Amino acid sequence: MSADWTRRTAAELADALAAGETTSVEITRAHLDRISSVDGAVHAFLHVDAPGAIAQAEASDARRAAGTLLSSLDGVPIAVKDVLATEGLPTTCGSRILEGWIPPYDATVVRKLRDAGLPILGKTNMDEFAMGSSTEHSAYGPTHNPWDLDRIPGGSGGGSAAAVAAFEAPLAIGTDTGGSIRQPGAVTGTVGVKPTYGGVSRYGLVALANSLDQAGPVTRTVLDSALLHEIIGGHDPKDSTSIDQPLPALVEAARLGAGGDLAGVRVGVIQELAGDGWQPGVITRFQESVDLLIKAGAEVVEVSCPTFVHALAAYYLILPAEASSNLAKFDAMRYGLRVWPEGRPDASAEEVMRATRDAGFGDEVKRRIILGTYALSSGYYDAYYGQAQKVRTLIARDFDAAFEKADVLVSPTAPTTAFKLGEKLDDPLAMYLNDLATIPANLAGVPGISVPSGLADEDGLPAGFQILAPALADDRCYRVGAALEAALADQWGGPLLDKAPALEGA
Amino acid sequence: MPEIPGSSGARGTSARVEITRDEVAHLANLARIDLSDEELDHLAPQLSVILESVASISGVAGDDIPPTSHALPLTNVFREDVVTPGLTPEQALAGAPEVEQQRFSVPRILGEEA
Repeated sequence: MSADWTRRTAAELADALAAGETTSVEITRAHLDRISSVDGAVHAFLHVDAPGAIAQAEASDARRAAGTLLSSLDGVPIAVKDVLATEGLPTTCGSRILEGWIPPYDATVVRKLRDAGLPILGKTNMDEFAMGSSTEHSAYGPTHNPWDLDRIPGGSGGGSAAAVAAFEAPLAIGTDTGGSIRQPGAVTGTVGVKPTYGGVSRYGLVALANSLDQAGPVTRTVLDSALLHEIIGGHDPKDSTSIDQPLPALVEAARLGAGGDLAGVRVGVIQELAGDGWQPGVITRFQESVDLLIKAGAEVVEVSCPTFVHALAAYYLILPAEASSNLAKFDAMRYGLRVWPEGRPDASAEEVMRATRDAGFGDEVKRRIILGTYALSSGYYDAYYGQAQKVRTLIARDFDAAFEKADVLVSPTAPTTAFKLGEKLDDPLAMYLNDLATIPANLAGVPGISVPSGLADEDGLPAGFQILAPALADDRCYRVGAALEAALADQWGGPLLDKAPALEGA
Repeated sequence: MPEIPGSSGARGTSARVEITRDEVAHLANLARIDLSDEELDHLAPQLSVILESVASISGVAGDDIPPTSHALPLTNVFREDVVTPGLTPEQALAGAPEVEQQRFSVPRILGEEA
């Protein structure tokens, strides 16, 4: 086998470490080198912590020598989306308002990564406060899709997805409020999982929309996601919405699925998530994947979720409403940016606040704060936010009815492949449509995975296949996802990312 | 008036909802964001388009439909009443724009007339 450790999956790296073929320092250094050589072009990272990662890798190697390993992924490096608080490492959320902020504490997810012995390579780029589907709303410049550097890597977690797709990290953490893990996964040919709401702690995750946000794995394989999910998931007393129940056996489900037998599994194809506006090549790859599931023994049925047509509208009321409240904390008083109005050294706290929020927030953040302020203002609350919360119930009921007929539901992850940078930047509605298929899962809180389904014929760019399961049944996403991944790899003669172009400087 | 981006085909059958430039200025004021004239020109039409597309939601769910905010019905969450360590004053103040005598130092709170 090649000694390029960056090409290996996290599971393979763990095996190589266990077999004594390499060390965590060697693996970590290989990824840092890769970041040095390609991240100038990709811009997946906002901050790279080479000394910290090497020190953590050395500690892992020492534990291995002493026989005191912390987890199955001890020594395997990871990248973390810049929306999670990392003690001692800058956390900007892709915003100027938090430029240079170094949190005094770790998010629970980050704490769990450290407790499991995964060296943290750095923080990944994202749309400002996770608002976007292209990473172009980052105040620090966009991330580029490793498949075509002129195209978007998806968003908001485009940095995490691109880091994994460009072999800069074997694993990454993302967060998914309306598709920010799954849609970047789809357009970069990688795997992304949004766990059941409450399945992974939100403590220390800078909230976009509390009732929708969920952190999850960003990887190249389904098994790697399962391994990572088992490390970051589970109950956290610091998050009152955290589910106080054990996780299902996710790694076991992924291994079972990879065996390729889906006999007895009922797969429901969501009728509403296809049709006009869906790229033909995406639909073709989706249909082929469905056929492969049938070949693996699954029973495929059609299901209808009629209220899904209202999901986008409900989402774009709930999200801005919650975001406008959450972002009120950026008031220039206790942390983050403070800007004085020009020529006004005697300005009041309120004037400083206004000037700071104007200078510190980008366009998309301003749009959504204003929209949320509108939706929450008296006289509109019932008509908008209240109504949207009720629509969530209708969407959840659609899911309930569909899950009577099927164990998992499937759709393409995103309507199109990666579009060109700049194409939709000033067209918010067109941008919002990217999350059409991923949003219903956030509204209902159910888990979902995106698995690469191949390259669209029109443009040769990756498309994604989404698998949704009932709340708490995340294991089903892994089983069906691993089965599809195995069947497709057989067909392609290897993983999809083998077809990605080599990056300059590599 | 600047061209409205993204308006083609996105309106559907939803109700016509207009959000005026003055309203946007008022909302920005409530949200404590200074918006320049250029920003108001730029954002107001975009917000109208977005609002128009989400307005379709009114009347979708009847009065008998309860709201949802969590996938699982959670009731109150309790924990043991035990003291756990918090941030030290130094940690809490570490990111402050200005610190004075171990406190957050802020601009004056009262307006000029006060």
